[in-house]
Amino acid sequence: MAHEETVYDALTNAHDDGGQWAFGTGFDEPLAGVDTTVPDGVDAADLGEYCLMLGDDALLLAQRLTQWITAAPELEEEVAIGNLALDLLGQARLLLARAGSVGVLGRSRERATASIPDEDALAYFRDPDEFRHTALVEAPNGDFARTMVRLLAASTVRVAVLARLRESRDPVLAAIAAKGVNELAYHRDHAARWVLRLGDGTAESHRRAQDGADAVWPLLAELFSPTEVESRLAAAGIAVDPAAVREEVVTVLTQVLDQATLRVPAWPADVLPRGRRGEHGPETAELLGTLQGLAREHPAATW
Amino acid sequence: MVNRVQQEVDPREVAASVTDPELPMVTLADLGVLRDVRVTDDGTVVVDITPTYTGCPAMGVMRADLVHALHSAGFGDVDVRTVLSPAWSTDWISEEGRRKLTVAGIAPPGKAPEPATGPVPLQLGPSRRTADCPLCGSTDTEELSEFGATACKALRRCRSCREPFEHVKEI
Repeated sequence: MAHEETVYDALTNAHDDGGQWAFGTGFDEPLAGVDTTVPDGVDAADLGEYCLMLGDDALLLAQRLTQWITAAPELEEEVAIGNLALDLLGQARLLLARAGSVGVLGRSRERATASIPDEDALAYFRDPDEFRHTALVEAPNGDFARTMVRLLAASTVRVAVLARLRESRDPVLAAIAAKGVNELAYHRDHAARWVLRLGDGTAESHRRAQDGADAVWPLLAELFSPTEVESRLAAAGIAVDPAAVREEVVTVLTQVLDQATLRVPAWPADVLPRGRRGEHGPETAELLGTLQGLAREHPAATW
Repeated sequence: MVNRVQQEVDPREVAASVTDPELPMVTLADLGVLRDVRVTDDGTVVVDITPTYTGCPAMGVMRADLVHALHSAGFGDVDVRTVLSPAWSTDWISEEGRRKLTVAGIAPPGKAPEPATGPVPLQLGPSRRTADCPLCGSTDTEELSEFGATACKALRRCRSCREPFEHVKEI
């Protein structure tokens, strides 16, 4: 057996199929060696669907955040946003890999060539109606203030969900959550401090932060109603019932907005989440067009 | 030949000597990323590693570096596995690792916050992290940015010697 001469050879030779797929992360299987057995009494399709919900929220928010690269107000903030997006992308990758490990690939597997890892097939080769994210992460960034209010809301919800998910009976989900919650606490604190600075800043920054809150609040309507999949999995000790995090989210967001001298907009009535059923606005198709365009144009490209 | 080499070289020592791709002054063992090295009955070297941050892009390079180092030392079959639980903490960085970071001008992390069991408390004030200047030793330093060139580091500045430096943040 010939051994590689350099580290770079080792990277490119990690697969024996004549090349590395050009668009994904490829050489590193995120769940290599992790026991991915489905826990007793759990429907694999439900578990995979739930991983898509959590993974797609992270993937689309990561994609939205990266739209600030080269456009953030200061270099340090650009680095910060890049880091936050990277954490979310890492979470998305593990969650989509988990979905793939229980066979929830849908039509993406037919569209992607066999050498493309599951998580990349799911990210690059699903159509918009196969994604399971909520409207909160689909919405365009708006200005920097609105971006930070949205990040505050999204990370507050995610911290609350993942903190509870650490007790999941699925050991893979529990491990992903235990790691992710520490990262997300940084995200939430970072966004909260920006909302404070902007809300309690100049008249212009206050106006923009208030506009941001007014635009983001209606998007919270679909975050606290469980889908049937979530209800079944919550009863089985696998998932978190989103209704259970509502009070914590309201408390944290109210606390930050009060401190920031911002008016807390009216809380929207809870509605069943359309996004979890794959019903999205045109913004999702546009965002996925950017994310997926090149990979779909050249699905078999290797390097 | 492979068998002869395996008898002379301890795969644990080979794996423990592999350095981090982004912090090349420390080894994966110093960082606590290397969790276990064992040899199975059929001679396969199984290496367990754990990611620092979920999205750490260096994981792929770490895996390749481990495989490369073990292949170069004569071990034919190498299986690098990911261990997700328990989640890595900066508390796992060894004293030797902390010393090497300081010598390289990077402030090592302090004690990691205890993982919250209930709701995770919100921090609205400036971060309470502190770090001594790794260049002059002064305790009078300030945070410039919570985020640095890699996911694991923040940027600070020393008020005494005025030099900026990186700080591996506690997680």
